[in-house]
Amino acid sequence: MGKLIDEQGKRTDGRGPYDLRPYKLEVGMLKNADGSAYIEMGKNKIVAAVYGPKEVHPRHLVLPDRMLVKCRYHMSPFSVEERKTPAPSRREIEISKVIREALEASILVDEFPRTALDVFVEVLESDGGSRGASITAASLALANAGIPMKDMVAACAVGKVDGQLVLDLNDVEDKEGEVDMPVAYMPNLDEITLLQMDGKLTVEEFKAALNLALKGCIQLYEAQKKALYDHYFNSPKE
Amino acid sequence: MSISRKNFVVERLRKEKLMELLAKGQRLDGRGLRDYRPLSISTQMVSKAEGSAQVYLGNTAVIAGVKTSLDRPYRDTPDRGNLIVNAEFLPLASPYIELGPPNENAIELARVVDRGIRESGMVDMSKLVVKAGETVYSIFVDINVLNIDGNLLDASSYAAVAALVTAKLPEYVLSDGGTPARTGNTIQLPITTIPVSITAAKIGEYALYDPTEEEEAVMDTRLTMAFTEDGICALQKGGSGGWSPAEVMKLVEESFEKAKEIREQIRRGLGLGGQGETDQGTGS
Repeated sequence: MGKLIDEQGKRTDGRGPYDLRPYKLEVGMLKNADGSAYIEMGKNKIVAAVYGPKEVHPRHLVLPDRMLVKCRYHMSPFSVEERKTPAPSRREIEISKVIREALEASILVDEFPRTALDVFVEVLESDGGSRGASITAASLALANAGIPMKDMVAACAVGKVDGQLVLDLNDVEDKEGEVDMPVAYMPNLDEITLLQMDGKLTVEEFKAALNLALKGCIQLYEAQKKALYDHYFNSPKE
Repeated sequence: MSISRKNFVVERLRKEKLMELLAKGQRLDGRGLRDYRPLSISTQMVSKAEGSAQVYLGNTAVIAGVKTSLDRPYRDTPDRGNLIVNAEFLPLASPYIELGPPNENAIELARVVDRGIRESGMVDMSKLVVKAGETVYSIFVDINVLNIDGNLLDASSYAAVAALVTAKLPEYVLSDGGTPARTGNTIQLPITTIPVSITAAKIGEYALYDPTEEEEAVMDTRLTMAFTEDGICALQKGGSGGWSPAEVMKLVEESFEKAKEIREQIRRGLGLGGQGETDQGTGS
């Protein structure tokens, strides 16, 4: 056995290989936003807010046949061990793009020509798998904003540590593991809307890893539905 | 901020014709769904670069250059050299390029090419160390896009790989005083494998390899996969649509085989022999 999985098959945080980290989802805590959601996933603490549909600025960006979706994924300077400069890094620019594409697949963009929709994701504390948690929260914020969607998007990562496939990598596993593969999935439509991977897998291992990730996404999808239900039917009236 | 892709009007008008062809297993340029365009690779055309390669994939043209310098290693990898990949869409590459710092597409391009090379272990970075913890080689790969006609990801990856394989860098050793000194010799990079990038676009229910600009304009989504001889080493889905899990699994399986074909083409283009002769000495 390696250093990331012990003799009992337990991971550094005590989980079994196919367990998600403890998570918490909340809806609608930002009053100015049209929709908002908060997720804790392990040590990840992420807020997502949605503004729109609204007018497009600058106007030359208008799409005559559909909605323009904008997305910003940003990590707070204090969200990581060593202070991160607030300016967007290349990593954040790429992640903003893949998150936008993962969410856009679920939105009925053709219903809102000539409008814009802003999706803001702020990582307050970062752990492994922050892009997956961001997508899970942002999709929930879209639902909270009442944006018409084909399905919700839930996301998590799979990886390989000490030669074994594991679900939902934490920080150490992400940094020291052999493979990291984030996946976003719309369970009702059976569509993958984000898929990235780095590290080496055989074709057979890849298939097993993808199946494991989809199981994680389905669990989070149920949690998203519960968070929405709790928000609209069980929360105390203000 | 990342924003939605613009729609191309003419390409969308031609989509109907494209869909008719796809149903018959054909494409607008006469290819089958699983065919790549002709690939041509020329190397070492820039004498002041340590390595250079120009790749044509149909009408898509990119040139990659390799430069090196001695630097401190990154703190989390004190005993490894540094690899830095950057990409630029030159304004001469298309009528639609706007000048400015690299946008999200250029950044994604560089990072996906980087991932394919890095994760494959193509260059044994542990051999690019002059003094552990203090002085290592930094290998800079700069990709210039010269003409855009779709599938920049694969073309750029092939160019970067070709430039790295053929690069010759100045050799440094530690002098008696413990400072790095040039020997006057050149060394080749320690190459262990040739990673191959394979990109498929999904249009309707069809998956087609090596999409042209016109096909990319109407695609629902895209998947870029990088393969070593043994399996898959990097993935990037792009575009605002989705793939079903069954489609992804079938595609990865088929693309692993396609990658072997393309790897042979790259090896031939680089004048390398058959399988198993990839290893090149470091000279260090």
